[in-house]
Amino acid sequence: MGIPEELGKYRPLSYFQMMEVSLRELLVEKGVVSEAEMAQAMQEIRARGPERGAKMVARAWLDPAYKERMLANGSQAAEELGFEVPGLKLIVVANTPAVHNVIVCTLCSCYPRMLLGLPPDWYKSHAYRRRVVREPRAVLAEFGTEISEAVTIRVHDSTADMRYMVLPLRPAGTEGWSEEQLAGLVTRDSLIGVKTANNP
Amino acid sequence: MLEPRFQTGDRVKVIKAAPLGHVRTPWYVRGQVGVIERLCGKFGNPEELAYARSGEPKQPLYRVRFAQTELWPDYAGKPGDVVEVEIFQHWLEQA
Repeated sequence: MGIPEELGKYRPLSYFQMMEVSLRELLVEKGVVSEAEMAQAMQEIRARGPERGAKMVARAWLDPAYKERMLANGSQAAEELGFEVPGLKLIVVANTPAVHNVIVCTLCSCYPRMLLGLPPDWYKSHAYRRRVVREPRAVLAEFGTEISEAVTIRVHDSTADMRYMVLPLRPAGTEGWSEEQLAGLVTRDSLIGVKTANNP
Repeated sequence: MLEPRFQTGDRVKVIKAAPLGHVRTPWYVRGQVGVIERLCGKFGNPEELAYARSGEPKQPLYRVRFAQTELWPDYAGKPGDVVEVEIFQHWLEQA
């Protein structure tokens, strides 16, 4: 294994990168946070995946009362499972045999990071943000998700203070599965709505 | 504190305007008519917060549902397809 090629390339910092570095160094210099705390926080953010969102979905598949609470108040449902979501106003939208939901932020890249981890690069791309509100069926087809003409598509544009997560349909053939087994079928992309949950 | 002027099911029109500065109302719904899906609560006005002002008075925030076929005349999907967008009250008028 050699050194990744991009490490050897020099790129000048952009204006906002420079601002970030300056602010971070000032915070350390003034003792507000330490380098170690900063590194630890960055590591935790990078390591976080969609496991929390997946666990909420698996619980909702098993417990209709939890599902009802989750659709009424997503943030409270997250906290109920011990997931701290400070400041996150979560709306969970449920797929049904008649409705398929998909999430976007056309203005930037709003995403429930506390529950799903960092957003994939394509979620932040202009192509996804521009196209999924305009031709959602074509975009979903490019993800390999064919939505029947009989199913309505609801695109959720996360433009302000809310964050969204899709509750995908429970795959057939999972009767009697445990919460942990079910959570293993729930992918990041199914929580964004560009795919369905994995089949067993 | 501003009181909500609309409720779920009301038809509303997004104001067609192009103010300078930080605005969270996407261009593609300005001037369009939709239906209130729900009131999300009251939040600081982002057009003020972006410039380090207080954001007060807090603005009611709604989710507004738009028919895709009304947003895009050549929409290629199904007539029932919709987009739901969060819009602050000061951008809405009765339709």
